Amino acid sequence: MSVLVYAEHDNATLNPVTLSVLAAAKELDGDITVLVAGKGCGAVAEAAAKAEGVSKVLCADNDAYEHQLAENIADLVAEVGADYSHILAAATTTGKNFAPRVAALLDVAQISEISDVVDGDTFRRPIYAGNAIATVKCTDAKKVITVRGTSFDGVAAEGGSASVENLDVVKESGLSTFIGEELAKSDRPELTAADIVISGGRGMGNGDNFEILYKVADKLGAAVGASRAAVDAGFVPNDMQVGQTGKIVAPQLYIAVGISGAIQHLAGMKDSKVIVAINKDEEAPIFQVADYGLVADLFEAVPELDSKL
Amino acid sequence: MKVLVPIKRVIDYNVKVRVKADHSGVDLANVKMAMNPFCEIAVEEAVRLKEKGVVTEIVAVSVGPKAAQEQLRTAMALGADRSILVETDEATQPLGIAKALKAIVDEEKPELVILGKQAIDDDNNQTGQMLAALTGMAQGTFASEVNVEEGKVKVTREIDGGLQTIELKLPAVVTTDLRLNEPRYASLPNIMKAKKKPMDVKSPADLGVDLTPRVTIEKVETPAERKAGVMVGSVDELVDKLKNEAKVI
Repeated sequence: MSVLVYAEHDNATLNPVTLSVLAAAKELDGDITVLVAGKGCGAVAEAAAKAEGVSKVLCADNDAYEHQLAENIADLVAEVGADYSHILAAATTTGKNFAPRVAALLDVAQISEISDVVDGDTFRRPIYAGNAIATVKCTDAKKVITVRGTSFDGVAAEGGSASVENLDVVKESGLSTFIGEELAKSDRPELTAADIVISGGRGMGNGDNFEILYKVADKLGAAVGASRAAVDAGFVPNDMQVGQTGKIVAPQLYIAVGISGAIQHLAGMKDSKVIVAINKDEEAPIFQVADYGLVADLFEAVPELDSKL
Repeated sequence: MKVLVPIKRVIDYNVKVRVKADHSGVDLANVKMAMNPFCEIAVEEAVRLKEKGVVTEIVAVSVGPKAAQEQLRTAMALGADRSILVETDEATQPLGIAKALKAIVDEEKPELVILGKQAIDDDNNQTGQMLAALTGMAQGTFASEVNVEEGKVKVTREIDGGLQTIELKLPAVVTTDLRLNEPRYASLPNIMKAKKKPMDVKSPADLGVDLTPRVTIEKVETPAERKAGVMVGSVDELVDKLKNEAKVI
């Protein structure tokens, strides 16, 4: 088996989720090649070459790949991937955007968000918002797969010594153009990679009240998340949303504050090691999954928690 | 311009699913079914574009069982002008659906196809991207804002770090995220009118597509249950438990 792993990056640094994808790739027992596509992404290729288990890095450095536009990336991956039995990408918005396009270009099925590798053809993945786990088998000649990062412990970022080969394949479809982006800036750890996450829901009342969560987060070195209700109410930006349609997290500690615990929210956090719920409604479904539950007014409990850490 | 809106019949999002005892799948007998929430947003967006005068005709399409007629009627009650059902009893998968939709696109020649970003049953998030690949169209996935301009469409996408805006050449495929709009409810007069709107029923064979599943489901299981936790009486007790029992802070 030969595995092609698509590297996730921002043209400057390798996103740690790629190390988790490499861990999934390792379970396939094949030769692992990493593809880095971007603009000025040499440092990313160097970083990928150092990751454990990588035997080769292909670097496609061109203006056409700068913003990871699906049309160009899919054409590139479909061409480069022709020599591989498995093509893996992270189940991030980037991976989910181009991987199905690659699969269709190759006329094969795509398997989304795998949480387990059974063998080269068989994988496990959550369905129905994580309320069922399906074992699926795909007999297509090639497997195009996205990997749920939180389900695999990443390989070591150092220790490898793969060679870097430059690719001059340029795919410019001319179908789409990048106009601009608005990225949320934060000094706190990235939500999907944080060891501790503290999230607020509709119970927070408004965006200013999230300040009390930020204070606790800064003491704990935690990332701050939110439920869909809090995002839809405009309290916080959408990239903080944890759930079926937001981000999937599995930290050591997840603190849910003023979150009732709808199925869609649980889908994004129920694999956390320890779950704490603070809610004034003792009937809230979140208490059914919480390891430690505290029935209290969050506006009293959270500042008290802050003072006692 | 003409817009094609593919929709899917799925289990209602509020239903707590039960895995069948023989692990062959999820029990769908006597369970409330509905239009996939992301598809509702797609229909709403198409209707809003029509109300703005950008769109002249909305065609709803579904690939699925006979019962999906119900969801197509809902789409027409919300404002779609007519609908097409590609009827099949086979379990549908994204690649097969995308191929059936490509055949419809070839016939109908819409300038825009709007789909939901994912169905809440299989959670695949693939069909729109696959359709775009098969038809050679540009794609704007996870859209939270769509603006149609002369020969182009500007799409603001929800990405992991925030928002990204791209411009696509028409014809194009757009998939909807939750924040694109708030779908309306169908009024009773519109539900009555929808009964008279035309619905075309086709078979996969009419379209010359093979919907045979590429992925077989070997087993469906209930995820591991979490052990029941404890309720604490005070913040002090909580901090103590986290420090000394769970050892996570």
